[in-house]
Amino acid sequence: MNWFLITGALAFWIAAWALNVWLANRYPHSRAVRLFVPTLFGVTLLVLWEGIARGADIPTVLLPPPSMIWERLINSLPILRADFVQTFLKSALAGYVMGCGAAFLTALAIDRSPFLQKGLVPVGNFVAALPIIGIAPIMVMWFGFDWHSKAAVVVVMCFFPMLVNTVEGLRASDAMQRDLMRTYAGTYRQNLLKLRLPAAMPFIFNGLKICSTLALIGAIVAEFFGTPTVGMGFRISTEVGRMNIDMVWAEIAVAALAGSMFYGLVSLIERAVTFWHPSMRS
Amino acid sequence: MTKRLGMLTRARGAALPVLTIVAAIFVIWYIAAATMNLQWERDQAERAGVEFVLTDALANTMAQERPVLPAPHQVAQEIWKTTVEKKITSKRSLVYHGWITLSATLLGFLFGTILGMALAIGIVYNRAMDMSVMPWVIASQTIPILAIAPMIIVVLNAVGISGLLPKAFISTYLAFFPIVVGMVKGLRSPDALQTDLMRTYNASANQTFWKLRLPASMPYLFTSMKVAIAASLVGAIVGELPTGAVAGLGARLLAGSYYGQTIQIWSALIAAAILAASLVAIVGIIGRIVERRMGFAR
Repeated sequence: MNWFLITGALAFWIAAWALNVWLANRYPHSRAVRLFVPTLFGVTLLVLWEGIARGADIPTVLLPPPSMIWERLINSLPILRADFVQTFLKSALAGYVMGCGAAFLTALAIDRSPFLQKGLVPVGNFVAALPIIGIAPIMVMWFGFDWHSKAAVVVVMCFFPMLVNTVEGLRASDAMQRDLMRTYAGTYRQNLLKLRLPAAMPFIFNGLKICSTLALIGAIVAEFFGTPTVGMGFRISTEVGRMNIDMVWAEIAVAALAGSMFYGLVSLIERAVTFWHPSMRS
Repeated sequence: MTKRLGMLTRARGAALPVLTIVAAIFVIWYIAAATMNLQWERDQAERAGVEFVLTDALANTMAQERPVLPAPHQVAQEIWKTTVEKKITSKRSLVYHGWITLSATLLGFLFGTILGMALAIGIVYNRAMDMSVMPWVIASQTIPILAIAPMIIVVLNAVGISGLLPKAFISTYLAFFPIVVGMVKGLRSPDALQTDLMRTYNASANQTFWKLRLPASMPYLFTSMKVAIAASLVGAIVGELPTGAVAGLGARLLAGSYYGQTIQIWSALIAAAILAASLVAIVGIIGRIVERRMGFAR
């Protein structure tokens, strides 16, 4: 037990919290404060973690301190890069593009048939709530150990949330706008390209954002059921077995970073595409 | 009365398309099962030196022991055999495995709901918390917790916590997020007119919370709870994967994939789907009853 470290970490926590409260109440509308306050909170969590993990002598097999994880991360960049390429660039991204693309095209294909829409939307909603991750063993059996099976899982996971959101989005234009298009004698194609697809964009991006987190999860979990000897899920499950918990945390840090950046990228594109939407104008 | 009639016609309006789609799924499933299992039959015939007869082979594709894709009726039979015909204490009973998963799901859902509500109240009433915690709550979901699941299980196991709790923690982590987001939205949903009215009544913060904000958040809460309970089931199933296939629906999936028992995988999968659907439905019904008793116009 090193009480100095623990009390130090706790003191830092209290001081940071007091500063945050003061800042939040003093300058609630300042942009810099809005960025600084959550950052300080995140730093506080890391300091607390480091202080308690080192101060209370928690065995590193259970909870390695952040500094140790960082060191491991820096020292094993090649492995991490190989895993990242296998899991994120090959499985998750390929599956994401195929799944979302297929759902989008399906939504367009059934756009002219209200009957199919009425049938597919409740079924899609139902399937979206199911534990689809369970098909991972089946896909591994069908498509083999390499990234194809992981991409297949991601395709299925992304398909239904995306389909439901796109169908909903295509209905989002209101009667007045459609009437206007009619008075312009707009064809179905023009209607779709100039009015309904742009109006559907907020919904489509909602689906894309949901799928961006699902894709990484699907790819990683599918690797638990059999992989070549590379990949984030493979690394996590084997390093846990070898009690290299710092390596596992390094892998998790990479996954979290990749997931956040992917989500952030989709949000940025959304901001550029749906700049007209009220939620973007604040 | 008219409202109920309207709901009924709407339900009937959607029933036919939905049934058509479901029927189409079954037809596609059967065709896929036949085509995917045919190769094996062809190999068998060749190995045995028998002439390959398509009609016989097609019939056989519906009754293979380890098909690539089992036919729906095979899965249904397996489910029937492992639920009704087995004692529920038997290790081969799906009810037994389902219950193990269900208990972890419910415990995790309970923790997640409590944690989510507490965080939401903190976020709504404390500006510093709103600014500092909310972004991290959102960021927390980009961390693929399902990927960390095996580590949590193994590490907690090393400290001596095993069984239900580690799985429940994973469920909690997945379940708390929708609750926080929905609850924050719900607690902030009363408009200025309503909060002003509370002020003219000279209501304390406490009274405003219990009489206005909390009731107003109920529809939001139940919508989030439906998402949360489905998420916590996924968490519980994935939490069972790294424990070395002891018990639970996830363990059935893993054992099935180790031994190539496709029918077992599919029956566990369908059981999980039924479980998820019934849990969501139950939460939905409770929500509707609560809302009706609170007098929300439906």
